Amino acid sequence: MAVTTQAQTRVYEQTVFFDRLRKYLFFAMLAFWAVLSVAPLYFTLVFSFKPVADIYTPPIWAPIPFTLENYQTILGTFQLFPRWVWNSVFISVIITIFRVLFCAMAGYAFARIEFPLKNFWFNLLLISMMMPGVVTLIPSFLIIGPGLIRGGIDLGMFKLPTGFGLIDNPWGVILPGMADAFGVFMMTQFYKSFPKELEEAAMMDGSGRWGTFFRIVLPISQTQLITLALLTFQGAWNNFMWPLLVLRSPEQFTLPIGLQWFRGEYYTLYSVILAGSIFNTLPILIIFFVFQQYFVRSIAATGSKEG
Amino acid sequence: MRARTDRRKIFEALNGYLFISPWLIIFVIFSLISLCYAVYLSFTEYNLLRPPRWWGLEGYQRVLEDELFLAKALPNTFKYVLIVVPIQTFLSLVLAFAMDQNLRFQRFFRTIFYLPSVTSSVVISLIFIWIFAPQGIFNQITGLTVNWLDDPRTAFYVIMGMNIFTTSGTLMLIFLAGLQDIPLAVYEAAEIDGANGIQKFFYITIPMLRPVIFFVVTVGVIGCFQVFDQIYVMTAGGPLDSTTTITYLIYKWAFRDTRIQMGQASALAVILTLIILAVTLLQRKVIEGSGSGAER
Repeated sequence: MAVTTQAQTRVYEQTVFFDRLRKYLFFAMLAFWAVLSVAPLYFTLVFSFKPVADIYTPPIWAPIPFTLENYQTILGTFQLFPRWVWNSVFISVIITIFRVLFCAMAGYAFARIEFPLKNFWFNLLLISMMMPGVVTLIPSFLIIGPGLIRGGIDLGMFKLPTGFGLIDNPWGVILPGMADAFGVFMMTQFYKSFPKELEEAAMMDGSGRWGTFFRIVLPISQTQLITLALLTFQGAWNNFMWPLLVLRSPEQFTLPIGLQWFRGEYYTLYSVILAGSIFNTLPILIIFFVFQQYFVRSIAATGSKEG
Repeated sequence: MRARTDRRKIFEALNGYLFISPWLIIFVIFSLISLCYAVYLSFTEYNLLRPPRWWGLEGYQRVLEDELFLAKALPNTFKYVLIVVPIQTFLSLVLAFAMDQNLRFQRFFRTIFYLPSVTSSVVISLIFIWIFAPQGIFNQITGLTVNWLDDPRTAFYVIMGMNIFTTSGTLMLIFLAGLQDIPLAVYEAAEIDGANGIQKFFYITIPMLRPVIFFVVTVGVIGCFQVFDQIYVMTAGGPLDSTTTITYLIYKWAFRDTRIQMGQASALAVILTLIILAVTLLQRKVIEGSGSGAER
């Protein structure tokens, strides 16, 4: 009897020991990855406050000697920077407003309204989510720019243009970004799982579809709309390939395109690029910290719903 | 009465189309017409100056005979996917598993891990160029003297490492959500049967997570096959074409080369789409086929 107890105790002690060991190992791993995750941004911040000549000079841990000249260059001497920030803000905000509204409208219709070919369109939407973006890149560029058919389609009376002629124009970046399949899908799933009673009561009171949508449906789906808005804003703010093709003159660049261009033109001023990088990252970081739960929610949602 | 319901139905249908119309217009123009036109262009010769000229499969043949595609872009792209996808999936799964052990500071870690993902691809690339410069911080810390991004033996691996670094945070959050969906009762039952930690991981966690793993791998594969931003900024396909991938080659042919070849670039885009489709289907078969039936 006593032997068993002793053996049991030993087994128990062993388990506790291994449990602890495992916990410390996991913790060490997480701490290591956390340091790695912060390091690049930390170094960027440090060197953005060091003189241009000290771009590779130690110490790497602290901004010694300290200077504000890089930020002064960005905000004062080099006048394109404020423009790029403004272009980025303008494009991202407009895309976000339109996309959230249009995706909510389409999602609501797919979830609540009966109309012919509904399933057909919804299935096409699902398929398009699997389609790699690269395949439509060239035609989308032609549609935004010179047109699929040079000079347009000849209709006798007039020529129907096949392109928007929006190269080097912020609206050329905005237009294709105004709606997107994933957003519609996300809103459809949300409205499907949402109780109908409130809307039905409103409809009884004589509100039409549109009145109900704007007065009842949009306000109650606030959380979901914010989540979609954050995802959209982040994507638009960081987008590179499409603006790279559409925007051609430095005055029209967004911040990422501008920073990349700046590096090509003034590669010796790398400290200024680092300061610019901070400017590109900071707004997103602030938004991320303020709305953290929404980010986490959106990511969790993508994973478990599509699985 | 009948006429009234009919009218209401028509009215509803009209409303439905009005509600989806903004999305539908953009979808039809930039996805449907675009896709059809891409397929059409792939059978033509087109340089923007003269109208597209039909030449059948010539464009595809030229792609399949192109030295840069065969010797560099194709193997590079597969190498990239085969290295990055497994590592980022495994790494993020392990990190999520570690986070799920109810350790302290979970919220803190979650925030920190997500930081690299919110930074734009261009900014993170610009930062890595500087960190991996010959006199950069990486060489200073490690004491090495490698010229990472100018050496064809190392440049591609720096880009791979950077992308694993930036995506793992997001994937980790997806896995964490999946892990927290697994009911505790399943683990408790296994404990009563005497399963240890490693057994629980391989016989419960992995099978229960299969749908999430499928999602993470699919997203990873589709994303990795189209890697572009980082390559454009960091190496522009060089040195010695060692980082030229299929998407970069499409961009080069369609927009960068002095002799623009939009037809041939479209043919390559169609080929890439078919490759991605085939790999996704294959991988779905592998992940769903190897299970013990623990599907949700």
